[in-house]
Amino acid sequence: MNSTKTLIYDGSFNGFLTAIFVAFEEKAVVSDIQKHSVCQNGLFSETETIFTQMDKAKRVWNGIHKKSHSAIKDIYFAFLSEHKGIEILLYRFIRKMFASDTSIASDYSDGLVLKISQLARSVGREKHRMEAFVRFQLTKDEIYFANIEPDFNVLPLISKHFRSRYADQQWLIYDIKRKYGIFYDLNRVEIVSLDLDDIHTNSINKSAHFTDEEYNYQDLWNNYFKSTNIKSRINLKLHKQHVPKRYWKYLSEKKAV
Amino acid sequence: MSLSFDRIKEKLNILADAAKYDVSCSSSGSVRKNNTNGLGDSSGMGICHSYTEDGRCVSLLKILLTNHCIFDCAYCVTRKSNDVQRAAFKIQEVVDLTINFYRRNYIEGLFLSSGIFKSPDYTMERLVAVAKKLRLEENFNGYIHLKSIPGASDELMREAGLYADRLSVNIEVPTISELKLLAPDKKHEDFTKPMLKVKNEIIQYKSEKKIIKSTPKYAPAGQSTQMIVGATGESDKDIMYSATYYYKTYHMKRVYYSGYVPVADDSRLPAIGTQVPMLRENRLYQTDWLLRFYGFGVQELLNNDHPNLDMDVDPKLGWALRNMQYFPIDINKADKSVLARIPGLGMKSVHKIISARRFRKLNWEHLKKIGVALNRAKYFIVCDSSKWEHRDMEGAKIKGLILQNSTGKFRKEYSNQLQLF
Ligand code: SF4
Repeated sequence: MNSTKTLIYDGSFNGFLTAIFVAFEEKAVVSDIQKHSVCQNGLFSETETIFTQMDKAKRVWNGIHKKSHSAIKDIYFAFLSEHKGIEILLYRFIRKMFASDTSIASDYSDGLVLKISQLARSVGREKHRMEAFVRFQLTKDEIYFANIEPDFNVLPLISKHFRSRYADQQWLIYDIKRKYGIFYDLNRVEIVSLDLDDIHTNSINKSAHFTDEEYNYQDLWNNYFKSTNIKSRINLKLHKQHVPKRYWKYLSEKKAV
Repeated sequence: MSLSFDRIKEKLNILADAAKYDVSCSSSGSVRKNNTNGLGDSSGMGICHSYTEDGRCVSLLKILLTNHCIFDCAYCVTRKSNDVQRAAFKIQEVVDLTINFYRRNYIEGLFLSSGIFKSPDYTMERLVAVAKKLRLEENFNGYIHLKSIPGASDELMREAGLYADRLSVNIEVPTISELKLLAPDKKHEDFTKPMLKVKNEIIQYKSEKKIIKSTPKYAPAGQSTQMIVGATGESDKDIMYSATYYYKTYHMKRVYYSGYVPVADDSRLPAIGTQVPMLRENRLYQTDWLLRFYGFGVQELLNNDHPNLDMDVDPKLGWALRNMQYFPIDINKADKSVLARIPGLGMKSVHKIISARRFRKLNWEHLKKIGVALNRAKYFIVCDSSKWEHRDMEGAKIKGLILQNSTGKFRKEYSNQLQLF
């Protein structure tokens, strides 16, 4: 007999994949998949707590990968959107994938496929923005430090980019919203959490953590930015389209002086 | 310490200001992997780290090494006769600025140009020295774009390509007769000689690399050039035919079009305060795009009957309206190259249509979801629906309807950052 169930997982991507595995295995009618931290029991459905198991997660990952290369990326990116109800959307998407003989990932006239691909694209866009807008500040103990506050959970996605670009300097990028960061110590990238006494984005006040030289370079960059303007071409509307106002706080060139 | 920072700041202001009229901002198209655990990695796609207030991408530290110049090109702020403050960076100063900006994730790399001091070779030698230092001493794998100084020797151009990702010479003036008038110190050959050298070196290095794996890269992001638009009364046809020639003859990766910003009171040129022809510049970029990616031939878009682009509609729409005999096109059947010619359809939409129509015949709803700009496209296509907007309308009528429904949006926002179709 099939019962309806809500699966509760730990919030990690592997936890989510484990939940998918369980859902397929038990052939249960899954009414929802929820993060442990936001769990709300449906009145009439049973709940089951999922314990993350790497081997099960891996099997689901490989299964999807075999079906479609592009789908696996879309699924991971869409998951990181933290969109409300994303888990159940992805569950339906994955079921649909396995039920179909052809690859559905490019069927943009299907509403669900389109939704997933749109979410994945927004996350991709945020990833690119963070790769562009991170501004490192050099601390006195020689770590290039940056705060970010992205709309989506993109730290796992940007790590590789910064690792290969800044291989010969220590750096730390900290997500203030999600309260964790990634730290590169010249060997590898680790996940860290910090007790921040202050948020160090684009502040006019100098902090004792950073070198004097740091503020000199910020000043130079600021100046450089101003002199790139061609007054007779000014187009602030376009400017704001490219750099939405909510990102200005990161950018030292946008510092009000 | 802070004293020298003040001095650097002053130089930076002068030498960035003088460099900003070069609109090329691309930092893409190069592959320079960080295999040595050094600094930087250019793996294909360039990043815009910021945007100027006129909406242009900021991805490179774009400066002149010096704005001292022995020449007097009328259209240039740096010209000898212009009364401006002059400055010159030391080689090490440029290296330090680049590295420190790069480490803070401000930039993708360096774009270094220069006024010509003493002689073309003397200048080129110094540009090459900066790039060499960055690569060999700083282990820097970020992007480097060097300006080829008109008249520089082949030997220096060969060396430049070993350290730079991209090389460019700006021809600036699209016709030879105008060049004589505006840049009397320069000969046309001064521009084309370094271009030819770079093109040949690229071909040679590429073929050697096929045989000997360890052959170094030579200017992996190719070469580009720039033309000023609206300084000399040239037609759009003059500009785009010239551009086509440079693409073909010298294998240019990009030709840039820069609306002339008046910088001189000179009877040969538009007066100071004349508006920058930004819409025209945008139309030229759209045309360039159609030539490179949409399969159009330049004669189709510009010819003796039609020497200038329409300002009120984009060049693809303009072409379609003059060639209604090719329409309507069946979205569910037409080839990629035919779909690409439909107004309102970008290449992304073309690919999506080709993917999606494998699953079902597409109707208006599907096309809307895919993101096709139906307000333009609907007059030129049929799909899986009996509703068809054409009703044997004349081009002029269609144009009227399209313009009616797209006022404002269409005309106010123009940029060279390719807001296309
Ligand atoms: S040679 Fe170059 S820098 Fe000198 S005036 Fe002519 S265009 Fe300007």
